[in-house]
Amino acid sequence: MKFGVAVYPGSNCDYDTYYVIRDILKKDVDFIDYRQTDIDKFDCIIVPGGFSFGDYLRPGALASHTPLTYALRDFAEKDKFVVGICNGFQILTEAHLLPGVLLPNSHGKFVCKHQFLRVENDKTAFTNKLSKGQVVKLPIAHHDGNYFVDEDTLKQMEENGQIILRYCDENGNVSDESNPNGSILNIAGVSNKNKNVFGLMPHPERACESLLGSEDGLLFLKSLLEI
Amino acid sequence: MEEKLLKAHGLNVEEYKRIVELIGREPNEIELGIFGALWSEHCSYKSSKPYLKVFPTKADWVIQGPGENAGVVEIDDKYAVAFKIESHNHPSYIEPFHGAATGVGGIIRDILSMGARPIALMDSLRFGDIRKDGTRKGIKDTKPIVKRVVEGIGFYGNCIGVPTVGGETVFDEVYAGNPLVNAFCLGVLEKDKMYRARATEIGQKMIMVGSSTGRDGIHGATMASAEFSSETESKRPNVQIGDPFFGKRLIECTLEVMEKGLIEGCQDFGAAGLAGSTSEFGAKSSMGVRVYLENVPLREENMTPYEILLSESQERMLYSVKDENVEEVLNIAKKHGLEAAVIGETTDTRRIEVFYKGEKVADLPISAIVDDAPVYNRPVKEPEYLKEVKNFDQNSLSKPDIREAILKVLASPTVANKEWIYTQYDHEVGTNTVFKPGSDAAVLRLKWVVRPQVHTKKGIAIASDCDGKKVYLDPYEGGKRTVLEAVRNVYISGAKPLAITDCLNWGNPENPEIMWQFKMATQGMADACRELNVPVISGNVSLYNETVLEEGRLNVYPTPTTVAVGVIDEVEKAIPSHYQHEGDIILIIGELTKEPNIAGSEYLKEIHGLVKGNITAPDFNVEKKVMNFIHTNRDKIKSAHDVSDGGLIVALLEPAFRKDKVLGLEINIDTPYREDFELFDELRSIVVISAKEEDVERLINSAKQLELEIKQVGKVLNKDKLVLNINGNKVIDEPISVFYNSWNEGLRRLLEV
Repeated sequence: MKFGVAVYPGSNCDYDTYYVIRDILKKDVDFIDYRQTDIDKFDCIIVPGGFSFGDYLRPGALASHTPLTYALRDFAEKDKFVVGICNGFQILTEAHLLPGVLLPNSHGKFVCKHQFLRVENDKTAFTNKLSKGQVVKLPIAHHDGNYFVDEDTLKQMEENGQIILRYCDENGNVSDESNPNGSILNIAGVSNKNKNVFGLMPHPERACESLLGSEDGLLFLKSLLEI
Repeated sequence: MEEKLLKAHGLNVEEYKRIVELIGREPNEIELGIFGALWSEHCSYKSSKPYLKVFPTKADWVIQGPGENAGVVEIDDKYAVAFKIESHNHPSYIEPFHGAATGVGGIIRDILSMGARPIALMDSLRFGDIRKDGTRKGIKDTKPIVKRVVEGIGFYGNCIGVPTVGGETVFDEVYAGNPLVNAFCLGVLEKDKMYRARATEIGQKMIMVGSSTGRDGIHGATMASAEFSSETESKRPNVQIGDPFFGKRLIECTLEVMEKGLIEGCQDFGAAGLAGSTSEFGAKSSMGVRVYLENVPLREENMTPYEILLSESQERMLYSVKDENVEEVLNIAKKHGLEAAVIGETTDTRRIEVFYKGEKVADLPISAIVDDAPVYNRPVKEPEYLKEVKNFDQNSLSKPDIREAILKVLASPTVANKEWIYTQYDHEVGTNTVFKPGSDAAVLRLKWVVRPQVHTKKGIAIASDCDGKKVYLDPYEGGKRTVLEAVRNVYISGAKPLAITDCLNWGNPENPEIMWQFKMATQGMADACRELNVPVISGNVSLYNETVLEEGRLNVYPTPTTVAVGVIDEVEKAIPSHYQHEGDIILIIGELTKEPNIAGSEYLKEIHGLVKGNITAPDFNVEKKVMNFIHTNRDKIKSAHDVSDGGLIVALLEPAFRKDKVLGLEINIDTPYREDFELFDELRSIVVISAKEEDVERLINSAKQLELEIKQVGKVLNKDKLVLNINGNKVIDEPISVFYNSWNEGLRRLLEV
């Protein structure tokens, strides 16, 4: 299993993601420059968090028009795995690899804290080490995490099991109080129809060591190792 | 030379005469601009220099002391950390968002220029009292400033990918017209790969890398060296505009050329822009510099040589590069999407010679602009106000309702939960943050994957502190206490304090009383540094934090913000600030029987509306015993939090206010003194610790052996309850959530409405 970590100018969780794969999962991993298109050797590419292209225009908008992102479309069509975290999620929605958009947080502020999440679908390559309804805690850190999608698409996503994670409280209750950014139906993570492209606002790579307060993130990354 | 022109450059007639004498002729306007910027208070430290000499700056572990872009201390035999704090006060009042943002950007580049990967930011902020908004004349409201400063810090730090791991925020009306924004950054490097701001040989090329140069920030240094008045708004164009996207690429580019060994020295473009960077580079290299302004990449049309030379456009760096490496450096910069150009070279003339399209537009001896800047031994005079503030008998105060007083002090914006602020900062990017904001000290492990690869078991603790009220009441003792408090926050987390960096924020130095405060406070700080064996390795001075109003002059409290950094052998063993387990026993150690003194306390200010009293001298012997006790018993101490803002009662309650859960408490206090004094005194050295019940006896014995006072005062409970008994009388018995809510909402409710 070979991992790649995409690096756009302004990516800043690239090092953290690389660290987890190399030093904690002890798997083969390379950085991939945004100008690179020769990506066939990878099995899974993670598009990390950060501020690609300084969030100019819209978060993810400019990064979605780069050689690497164009190559990711073919990569995904070959049933290989792509995971977008935070800004990576924004890039994948801008690139239409995932449905929906990420709007500015409803309260207008950046928010960095630990957030409870409920697993909605455990039958995916990204969640097979978790169980449906399980509550996990992951850090969030974003200004534009307010997920929105039109009603028809949302209905399809629900039917297809494309809603992977929702913001909740420690008991798993999904409510307005447990919604940190105004996302529709508290959606925190989704997949494409084919379930090989995933996007989520929380940062699993920040929650892989007890020293940092949570190891829940490892469950997602270890799930990928099973594929 | 016209006096008006001199004034525009922040120079006076005597200084102008000195310039003419030094260079043997009248300077042209460009040369005057160079002198104005480099002789400004901000760049030359002309008022503060004589007093900064009192600081100890050396220790075995200090690799680089003051004088470079940042100080550097070793962590182990392989790694070192570089750190520094710097002010961005004046810009942050005029344009809070960009003022604060560029403060963050500037300090990051200082750390970067030492060859270090920036891995942590902190911010020490001072604002006016939000509750007084709408009542001031001639001074802006505080709330919008707080919001925009916080947003600006977040904008820059979040985007550039350096976590803001902690800091402090104090609210006091004296800062209303002069908010203080002090930004701290720390970076990690391999200790034998440190860079300095210098060329290594004559004839090396100077390459400017980063953003292009525009008209922003011209005269920023001069602006930061004058007081504010009603004309302040017109200074908005002096404020620089930051772009963290450029800043991020500049980090990656600089660390890449360093790793590949392609550059010889590095300096960021800060105050006084190109003029400042190149002449300081020349001075430190003991060489001359020749600069070709037409080579500077510009972002605006028709910029004059004067503007190019003095622009403070952000996100620019200067490298010294050997001829054979020039092309590769330019290519790497281009790969990172940065502007880069050879803008000059080092010479053997010891002069700065500036050319524009073939014409020499300035030619000055570097010694004249850097070394021969005036140094003022400004007059000092013990302030009149001291007699009044020291004439205070705490026994004359009325006795408050204890419960109400506790609730009020907890809700005071300075004491209250700062979550509203720090949740707007990414405090975890880099995945090194072990103790997050809300702790006494931020604790980080040190790891990085590439550029540089860092791997060590050690961790570091960082704490920022300053209570300006106490420095105002007694500059000497207050100065000592500032250093002590920062150092204590580091050692109670289990770290060995290594060094401090300070940012000395003061009023108008031309006022002898203000200068006296400066003299005494720096002396106090230096004495505390010697007692605690922590040298000062970097810092910055910000004077003229004064607002001229019709009614008179308003100066800030003397505020020598101090950040202490310490090393922890094994980062897993760091001691948290919060209680860990239900059933744990709470103990206090330190000056337990000493008579309490509420001088300069938050209680005295919030409940009685007074900033008064005699600040007593700290007892360093007790302090060393406390430090020794904590280090000796580290594995048995489950939490440690010191008594500071809000006093003993706040220090006992705060560790129960965990982010994940509020714990219950039973507290028993026996005291021969007045209850309010016992609960709210901030001047005794006391640390609140918690431990497992079975370890209590051993801890008590250990303290006795060290001749340190220790007392068991309570227990952590598994329910929403606070029981407070004083001398056996039940003073409080109700849900602790009532107190938590007061603390939790104190600041948020002022900012959200």
